[in-house]
Amino acid sequence: MIKVHNLVKAFGSKLAVNDVSFTVERGEVLGFLGPNGAGKSTTMRMVTGFIPPTSGRISVGGFDLVNNPIPAKRLIGYLPENAPAYTDMTVYGFLNFTAELRGLSGEFRKKAVHRAVEMCFLDSVLYQSVDTLSKGYRHRTCFAQSIIHDPDILIMDEPTDGLDPNQKHEVRTLIRRMGEKKAIVFSTHILEEVDAACTRAIVIDRGKIVANGTPRELRQKSDLAGAVSLRVAGVPGAVLRERLQQLPTVKRCTIVREEPGAAWARAYGAKGTRDNELNQSLYELAVREQWKLIELKAEEGRLEEVFRAITLPDTPATSKEQAQ
Amino acid sequence: MSTDALTMNPAAGLSDAPAHTSAVRHIITIAKRELTSYFASPVAYVFIVFFLLLCGFFTFMVGRFFQRGEASLIAFFIWHPWLYLFLVPAVGMRTWSEERRLGTIELLLTMPITPWQAIVGKFLASWLFLAIALALTFPLVLTVGYLGSPDYGVIFCGYLGSLLMAGAYLAISCMTSALTRNQVISFILSVVTCLFLILAGWPPVTDMLVQWAPNWLVEGVAAFSVMPHFESFQRGVIDSRDLVYFLSVIAFSLFTTGVIIRSHRAG
Repeated sequence: MIKVHNLVKAFGSKLAVNDVSFTVERGEVLGFLGPNGAGKSTTMRMVTGFIPPTSGRISVGGFDLVNNPIPAKRLIGYLPENAPAYTDMTVYGFLNFTAELRGLSGEFRKKAVHRAVEMCFLDSVLYQSVDTLSKGYRHRTCFAQSIIHDPDILIMDEPTDGLDPNQKHEVRTLIRRMGEKKAIVFSTHILEEVDAACTRAIVIDRGKIVANGTPRELRQKSDLAGAVSLRVAGVPGAVLRERLQQLPTVKRCTIVREEPGAAWARAYGAKGTRDNELNQSLYELAVREQWKLIELKAEEGRLEEVFRAITLPDTPATSKEQAQ
Repeated sequence: MSTDALTMNPAAGLSDAPAHTSAVRHIITIAKRELTSYFASPVAYVFIVFFLLLCGFFTFMVGRFFQRGEASLIAFFIWHPWLYLFLVPAVGMRTWSEERRLGTIELLLTMPITPWQAIVGKFLASWLFLAIALALTFPLVLTVGYLGSPDYGVIFCGYLGSLLMAGAYLAISCMTSALTRNQVISFILSVVTCLFLILAGWPPVTDMLVQWAPNWLVEGVAAFSVMPHFESFQRGVIDSRDLVYFLSVIAFSLFTTGVIIRSHRAG
């Protein structure tokens, strides 16, 4: 539904977005990750037609956004950053206005406003002026505006920003549910949201895409992925490490922490070790040595670590991990 | 937010809604919202009361309406270029500054409408508001009608000229409003620009220019002046050149508004 080719946006001499390409199909929820100022908002503003790209092509539902913006914009629902709304209007007036601009009239408009109000729980503030609303309600009002015409494409810039934990949860659930039938793009800098709502994530840093894949694939990029940590009582760390490193399945071993009476080590699999081979060999070693094994755990890889590693290329993930 | 509503009440029939609506409908939608928002705040009423009080003060006290002993509204219209100088920018200053301050410009310009529809819609709403304020001076017409037998054609021309002049000032205010998100700056810029339009043909200004500027420049500057064009309306003359003058100031300013908004987005 959305096809973006070699998108570039320059503000003066600064490249805010530098050669970004991606596609989003119906049924996908694409998470846009990146540090502040990475170019997430700029990309979204270009895809929604708010600012024109310096170069590159954007096609939305088959329509070229630059040359044929009106039919393209009709397909899109957009929740801008900070959820703006006309403060001098009532919630109902505002939603009615946006529905009207979306070309809905008469019964259709009434139905659309009613549906959006119901989905976003705005009944209690329907005739209240927007400037008297709390941040959560204002956010929902702008969210309701973005789904009022039941768009095929939904683009949301930090949809959970400034919401309380319950509201965050509601928004994520809603995004996941709607993502079954729509193409959704949303930006965030909260990593747990990627797991909670996305089918795919793109990490963008200094205007460039540095990673693109499912949350699972992203986690695999972590050094930690596939490593096994174990906690053993009554064995000094140095001994534990030495024994572990003698195993053919272990490439490298670090002592995570030494506690009184127990050591916590992490072993990284050697190249070519299959799934579970590492865990099994560690277990067998513990049995042979008669170690009192407290914990044996296969690590999943942490998004946070991947994120930091790829958005700050000058400090490799391994050195950070050891520094912890 | 309810996920139940999503399944219980799918947007059945929404896709059957007329997808294509004409530009005129978009303009009306935007103008309607704009006008409603004027009257939703006390600003509109304060403005109208202030406008009517000032009109009355200048007409009766400064213009010596009764002492003139003539059944015309000259004493009323003659003050309009100066009254509008401050009042019209006060109306126009918020049109685009407010959109930028609130961030709603991002919503507005990502709707399936063209920027022109938004610019024209907003302008028309503010113009209509000024027209309402001007129309509320009708008791003056009744007064001269009661006291004597005025030439209603001349009065009509005066109102038409006044409305066109308000439109020209307003278009300039829309333009300066698009320049900044600060309403005060927008107000000052538009007062200065409108003041230039008033003074451009004024003898002290042209005399100052005559001493050093070439003749074509003096005449060029003087041609920008709003005064001679408005004066012919006051005399009851509708000259196509005056109409063209006011309409082209409006068209040019709105066009420039579009260029400014476009350049902001281009970054």
